[in-house]
Amino acid sequence: MSKRSVADLKIGEKAIIKAFSDKWLSLKLLEMGCLPGTEVCLHCKAPLGDPICINVAGYCLSMRKSEAAVIIVE
Amino acid sequence: MKSKPVIALIGNPNSGKSSLFNQLTGLRQKTGNFPGVTVEKKSGPSSLGDSIEALIVDLPGVYSIYPKSLDEQIVTDILANPAHPDYPDVAIVVVDASNLRRNLLLFTQIADLGVPVILALNMLDVAQQQQQEVNAVRLSMKLGVPVVRINARVGEGLGLLKKAVLQQLEKPTVTGQLFFDPATDQQALVGDVKSQYQLQNNYLALQYVIQHDGFSFLDTPKRVALDRLIDKHQFVEQEYQAHETIERYKYIGDVVKEAVVDRRPLDQPTWSQKLDLLLLHPVWGYLIFGAILFLIFQAIFAWSSLPMDAIDAGIANLNTWLKDNLPSGSLTDLLTDGVIAGIGGVVIFIPQIAFLFLLVALLEESGYMSRVMVLMDRLMRHFGLNGRSVVPLISGVACAVPAIMTTRAISSWRERLITIMVTPLMSCSARLPIYTILIALVVPEQRVLGIFNLQGIVLMALYLLGLIAALLAAYVFKKLVNAKERSLFIMELPTYKLPRWNHVGLTIWESVRAFVWEAGRIIVTISIILWVMASYGPGNSLDQAEARVRQNSSTASADVVENQVASARLEASYAGRFGQLIEPVIKPLGYDWKIGIALIASFAAREVFVGTIATIYSIGSDSADDESTIKGRLKTEINPETGQPMYTPALAYSLLIFYVFAMMCMSTIAIVYRETKSWKWPAIQLFYMSALAYVSAFIVYQLMK
Repeated sequence: MSKRSVADLKIGEKAIIKAFSDKWLSLKLLEMGCLPGTEVCLHCKAPLGDPICINVAGYCLSMRKSEAAVIIVE
Repeated sequence: MKSKPVIALIGNPNSGKSSLFNQLTGLRQKTGNFPGVTVEKKSGPSSLGDSIEALIVDLPGVYSIYPKSLDEQIVTDILANPAHPDYPDVAIVVVDASNLRRNLLLFTQIADLGVPVILALNMLDVAQQQQQEVNAVRLSMKLGVPVVRINARVGEGLGLLKKAVLQQLEKPTVTGQLFFDPATDQQALVGDVKSQYQLQNNYLALQYVIQHDGFSFLDTPKRVALDRLIDKHQFVEQEYQAHETIERYKYIGDVVKEAVVDRRPLDQPTWSQKLDLLLLHPVWGYLIFGAILFLIFQAIFAWSSLPMDAIDAGIANLNTWLKDNLPSGSLTDLLTDGVIAGIGGVVIFIPQIAFLFLLVALLEESGYMSRVMVLMDRLMRHFGLNGRSVVPLISGVACAVPAIMTTRAISSWRERLITIMVTPLMSCSARLPIYTILIALVVPEQRVLGIFNLQGIVLMALYLLGLIAALLAAYVFKKLVNAKERSLFIMELPTYKLPRWNHVGLTIWESVRAFVWEAGRIIVTISIILWVMASYGPGNSLDQAEARVRQNSSTASADVVENQVASARLEASYAGRFGQLIEPVIKPLGYDWKIGIALIASFAAREVFVGTIATIYSIGSDSADDESTIKGRLKTEINPETGQPMYTPALAYSLLIFYVFAMMCMSTIAIVYRETKSWKWPAIQLFYMSALAYVSAFIVYQLMK
């Protein structure tokens, strides 16, 4: 079974952050409040589906799909 | 206490830090650089009480003290080095109360470095709208530091803030216990670093370990020694940093639970998020962005034409009046044809530059600019750029120099370099004068579809041409420049806000002032030099030329003779000889030696072109009243070979295209050198842009003539 990441979420879908598959990116994501156990919600996608905007820790964060793919969710 | 204490403002981006800075310093702020680096530094004095004046330094917005870009580096570089001239006596950490958790992360790090801190709790009104109640007293008790409630937008709470700063200055208190103490699990390593480098603070010691490669104040032997310590203790930096962040958030979670009552409805999207669904919509998103850009160009051309015409006529009237009322002679000519014609070429563009900066400032202020980055990132990636490259590219429409400085926010060196290389292709405000004059000459002023101004449309097409050239050049550089660095696009989308008009006003004031003083000085100097060069020649060659004309044209009317005399004198002058020297090179583009003089003069700065043209033609012809505006002079200029008007559409478009592409700006070359730290990149840039300009202008002229 492949792991689901934030990049696989549909618009409006929620999930809980479980882990990160990339150490270097995880440092930045942690600082921005994407902590394991936090709820994220895919808020909207840019035209062409990339980058995406997620709601996390009470604010809106945008990132590329490739960056969202390192956030593993439950 | 120092005679002039340094107060640093630190905070997350969008926390209202620059609002507070503007409130504290007002018009007395200065823009400069931090010593040794090219990071922009804003500072200004602010009076704290009756007799004490402090220097407020605005540090770049960061999310943590672990920098991801060059801009962010400076924050840690200053705070980790008490010997730094900008090391603060007190740090005011500005936090956004509506996003307390993430903002407190930075705060706890700053406090742990041992700087006396004050927490300025900002944007409480936003928090309240989101049904969050922040208890400042409880927050202060939990954190053990002074907390001041402020509203930076309207300037509330400044008195209390200053009082708190004074108290910290008189009796500096730092938090007794670290929020995160690395000694709890890395005691041996921290102990070694502290004793080797004579440090008191555990967290500062940890920064020496993790960040020593970025600290400019550590020399190579010291860095090598730290590397050895890392090996000795088998310390894993990335893992420890992640551990630190998680631990801090745990602690902050407890604090926030005590100090904040959060009644936010869980699933209700805010109006800002609803607006995003429209502005980032696959169809509407691009349409709205396109419409906004279109509006900007219409505004620059149509709305500013009224004040520009008034200034143009005013300068012409002033010149006529001076000529009529001053004794005629060289000095009067120098004043009217040299200095005032030059100054006129500067001030006339103030309305357009003000409009341009007004609109760009509105985009920034409202929060729309970061949506534009999201909209454009995917497209930009194809060209080796980043969504963040949009800001330099759009700012490049104003001026390439600050635009290139904003590329520091791009963390990947490759994307940053490519952005730097192509930004000068965006038509900057210095090209606007040239565009305006030439378009007005050859494009009829008429309406298209009833509402659009045709001249505005042509202007927009020139800007688009610059943009397309920039993207294509970026694509070429993407193929040429290799780097294994990772690109990053993790970015906060701030909520939409109403623009702060005092900010917008300050931006416009700053840009107009910079244009008038910086560009104006060059333009006026070159105008005067040109006037001298155009009025004098080797020996008595000017008088000889005049005598020849008078001999040959004894039958012509007096007016025609005067005109021929003036033209012959200019041709024989130093400037005329110089222009003729390069005429063979520029002839294929349709230019004569007069334009050649202007081309050479404008090599240092494009905006000189129009002033030069004005100076040359006012010397080269008798200035009858109806000809004394720049446009009027160009219209009446006759090509001596054909007897037809000199400024044909072919020539005008050839010149337009030349200036779209040409890299004629010393300041840009200098800033590219500074930002890339090598002459290689500015040299490549100068070469490829000049070649592009020459070849394109050649093709346009040959096709249209």
